Parts: sequence; structure tokens; C-alpha cells
Amino acid sequence: MSVQNSGSSMLTTTATSQPGAPVNAPRHRNRLALRLLRDRRALTGLVILVIFVVVALAAPLISPGNPRSSVAAGSESPSFAHLLGTTSKGEDVLALLIWGSRSSLGIGFTVGALATLVGLLIGLTSAYFGRAIDDFLSVVTNIFLLIPGLPLLIILAAFLPPGPGTIVVVLVITGWAGSARVVRAQALSLRGKDYIDAAVVTGERPLTIMLREMLPNMASIVMSTFLACVIFGIGAQAGLEFLGLGDVSAVSWGTNLFWATNEGSLIRGTWWTFVPSGAAIALIAFSLALINYAVDEVTNPRLAGRAKRKDRRR
Amino acid sequence: MAFILRRLGYYLIAFWASLSINFMLPRLMPGDPVGRLLGQMQGTLTDAQIEQFRHLFGLDDRPIWLQYIQYIQDVFTGRLGISTSQFPVPVVDVIGAQLGWTILLGGTALLIAVVLGNLLGIWAAWRRGGLLDRLFPPLLVFVGSFPYFFIAMIALYLFAVKLKWFPIGQAFTLGTAPSFSGEFIGDVIRHLVVPAGTIVAVSLGGWMLGMRNTMIGTAAEDYITMARAKGLREGRIMYRYAARNAMLPSVTAFGMSIGFVVGGALLTEVVFAYPGIGFQLLRAVQSLDYPLMQGIFLTLTAAVLVANFLIDILYVRLDPRVRVR
Repeated sequence: MSVQNSGSSMLTTTATSQPGAPVNAPRHRNRLALRLLRDRRALTGLVILVIFVVVALAAPLISPGNPRSSVAAGSESPSFAHLLGTTSKGEDVLALLIWGSRSSLGIGFTVGALATLVGLLIGLTSAYFGRAIDDFLSVVTNIFLLIPGLPLLIILAAFLPPGPGTIVVVLVITGWAGSARVVRAQALSLRGKDYIDAAVVTGERPLTIMLREMLPNMASIVMSTFLACVIFGIGAQAGLEFLGLGDVSAVSWGTNLFWATNEGSLIRGTWWTFVPSGAAIALIAFSLALINYAVDEVTNPRLAGRAKRKDRRR
Repeated sequence: MAFILRRLGYYLIAFWASLSINFMLPRLMPGDPVGRLLGQMQGTLTDAQIEQFRHLFGLDDRPIWLQYIQYIQDVFTGRLGISTSQFPVPVVDVIGAQLGWTILLGGTALLIAVVLGNLLGIWAAWRRGGLLDRLFPPLLVFVGSFPYFFIAMIALYLFAVKLKWFPIGQAFTLGTAPSFSGEFIGDVIRHLVVPAGTIVAVSLGGWMLGMRNTMIGTAAEDYITMARAKGLREGRIMYRYAARNAMLPSVTAFGMSIGFVVGGALLTEVVFAYPGIGFQLLRAVQSLDYPLMQGIFLTLTAAVLVANFLIDILYVRLDPRVRVR
């Protein structure tokens, strides 16, 4: 209901539009943010996320020096000097974890933003223009959804020169299609609304309609797509690096796991070398999933309002 | 029929697209590692084999469209080149020898995850806010947020290395000859439990939540109220009326998820040194065995597309609306 309201009132604001943000889109977003903050799960997710981001940004302060340098004897179990123990090469696991968050979060969020952006462009274009353009873009989207992701990732990463740039490009290529499909479905239902037709009749340019009229009404979808893409980005980057397809000399959670396996930590039982990085990936993904879940429930009245529905059934 | 044909068209285009990606990649690649590879293997290759590599990677001087036609011809006649890491075995044979294990691992895991996940989803939606509904979704979302391979690492460490309940890696005890005896099959199953279990654990949440959310919608339909008013047994309403109609999105999701399971099986195989295609792919990547990498990519894509097509045929059987349209 709120979506439709803001949509129809937007027509009046953008009819005399000037460059700048639409008047009531921020209010809509603020309301979403506020309701999210009141949700316990979303708050938990946000707190975890903020802690990770702060640690990543402050890595040089928290853990000065090169994390790759040997600081102790190899394979020491966690102790007071090295809280998470050391790897078989004598590197401090905690330092590797802290420095690894930079690459993992950086690439994860970059991939998330780019994949969402591509998905938005394709999805909106597809829904707005319809007909042949929609048919063509839908075929392309579906093909990318059909081709199994990981094998495609692997051959792309194997043929392109290794490095963070390649990883981002490869992950965006394999990751945009899912968001394009979700965005298209939502945009298609908006396309049928009267206020869009009104905007077309008043002679708005297609790009303006897509970005000013349709996009603000899809804030929650865009948000949850973005979060899902970030989760995908972080997990898939770790997967690629775990297989040795990234830059193995760089420090990230994926390469930490790669080295842990290659140095035989599993068989030798040095669990502290692989548990922290994997747990960090999971914790980030979990926090994003919590936020995502809450966005879903806050914006979809069918899933929320549990108490009310239970009463009706009894 | 029109629906089936349209889907078939999709799959053919998708396969053509992955063929083209395969064709273009080595030709766009900077630095020409294939040329270097050929240089290293100069002494071991026969002239005919060198000729075949040149075809595959575009190192001959023929116009590009001619190479493209030749390439497609090669693929459809099964000439995918020779594996450089397991020289001189043809790529097709390497893949053929390993594919069964991947199908066994992925298939078992997928089947268990689908049946169990959907059942849990049905029960959770039916008792809204009950123990199952409150406990499982967050738990499974939490487990699902671990990367596939990390769960696999933890499971291997816990159940095989620490507790020694299950063997460490491989698909069967080394040294035993594969046969259809009860003993060998038991051995294979013991090796299968942990790898398959990790895939199930990670993918269960998606199935459960999907089913739960559709079930909640279906449970609010009028015909459910009607069934209740008629005094039908609760179990009958749950499975025959609500769940049956909530199944359709799950069938679609089944097709989509095959690709994910392939990915999950690949990584799980790597961790457990399970002798399937994924493990082979890792070895191919490590030794820059480009023909094998490409062959595996094509095989997996083809497998996923065929599986999707079979599911579409099933879908037409299940949903009469598709047939009318």
C-alpha cells in the first residue's frame, strides 16, 4: 500500500521535476531503515557487519606489520601471545584473519554493487520496453542462469590473468543474472501501473521514468538483491581462491583456507588455521542473510504479522 | 508442446553460448600459454596430436569462422582433445571415467535434500510459530551461510580425522577392486556419507524456506478452509490439498538448483579427494590442462541443461495450465 502511495504522489513531484533526488523517495527509505532497526534480527546482523567493516578498515592499527611474516614457531596452538595460534609457516592466524577481511569484504561488496547495478539496468530495461527487447534480454538472462555457475567461474578465472580485477569481473559476469530476473519481475508489475503510463504520456524520457519513477518503488527488492549478491560475491571469491584460482600470495579468507588445506591442516588436526577464516565468511554471510530476511518480512506483510495470522487460524 | 519446444530452444541457445565461450576464451587470452604448453610438450606429441591442439586453440592461420565450424564439429563428434595432465588419455575418456562418481555424490545429496527439505517446509508452515518453524529456519540459514567447502572441511576434520567414524576422503578403500559385491557397495556408502551429508546440510535450508513460504500462501486459500469444513483429516489436508499445490515452485527450483549442486559437489569432491569430475577439474586447473578444463565445463553444462529439460517435461505433466497455453 505504501508503495503505491509514494508512487502516485511522486507523479506530482516529478511533473515539475528538477535534477536532484525525488522528494519522497528518501522518506520511504528512511521508514524502511527505521523499521529494520526495530527488528531484532536485522539489528544483530547490522552490528556484526559494522564490527567487521571497522576491523577491516582499522587493520593496520589493530595488527601492525606484514601478516605474512613468520612471528613464531610453526603450528602453535592458540595461546596468549597468538590468540588464534600460528600456521605451519609461523604466521599469526589472527593477523591473517584481520588483514584477510579487507580483500574479502572489499571484493564482496564491489561484486555485490556491480552485479546489482547490471541486474538493475537489464531488468528495468527489459520490463520497461517489453516486446523484442524484453524477449532478447530474458533469453540472455536465462542462459546465464542455466549455465552452471562454478564451472563457468573456474574456466573464466583459469584463462584470465590472476588478480583481484579478474575475480571481480568473473564474479559479476556469473552473478548478475539472478538479480536481473528478480528486478524484471518486480519492474514488470510496476510497468502496468497507471502512474507509469501517465509519466509516459507526459513525455518523460525512458531513463528518467526507469530511474525516478520505478526504481524508488523497488527499494526493498534492490536492497535484498544487493545483499544476496554480496553474499554470493564473498562466498564465490573464497571458493575460487580455495581452489587456487586467485592470487595465492595475497591475504584473504579464501587464500587462508587454500594455504591451510595445502599445508595439510585437516589431516594434522591444526583446526585453528582453517576455522577462523571459514567462520568469518559464514558470520558475514549470516549477518547479511539476517538483514535480508528482515527486509523481506518488513516489506512483505504476508510473511510478517505472525501473531495476527495465528489468531485468525484458531 | 509449444512450451516444450520453446524450452528446448532455450537450452540449445544456452549450449551454443557455452560452446562459444569455450571457443573464444583461449583465443582472447593474453600471453598465449597454450603455445608455451605446446612448446614444452614438443617431443612427446605426434604430428596429428599437435594438429588437433592447434584446431582447439586457434593456433592455425585459417579464418576464424572456419575454425569455429571445425570446433563445433569436433565437439559434437566427441573430439575434445587430449588431456595434457594425464597424457596421452583423450579428454573424453578422462571425463567418462569420473562422471559416475559425481553423479552418485550429487544425485544422492540432491535427492535427500529435496525430500527432507520439502517435508520440513511443509511441517513448519503447517504449524506456524511451532518449534520446527522457530528453530529450523534460522539454524538452516546459519548453516547455509557457510561456504560449501568449509562445511566439508569441518565435517572431514570432525567425523574422519578426529572421531574416525568415517574414512578420510576417496570414494572407496584404495586397493580394493570395484565390483558389485555387497562388501564393495558398503564401502562406497561409508565413503559417501560425509561428503553427501555436507551438501545436504548446506542446501536443506533453501528447500525448507522455499516450501514453507509457498505453503503459507496455499494454507490461506479458500479450498483449505473448505476441506476443513468438510471435516477431512488434518494429514490429508496438509499433504493432498496444501502441499500438493505448493509443490510446483519447488519443481522449478529443482531444475535451477541442479547447477548449484554441481558446484557444491565440485568443491566437496576437492575437499574429500573424491574421484569425481570436480577433483579432476582442480587437477586440471593446477596443471593448466586447458583441454580437460574446457571438456569438463562443456560436460557439466550439457548435463545441467539435459536435467532441466527433463524437469520441464515433468512440469508439463504436473501443471495442466502450461499445456493449454
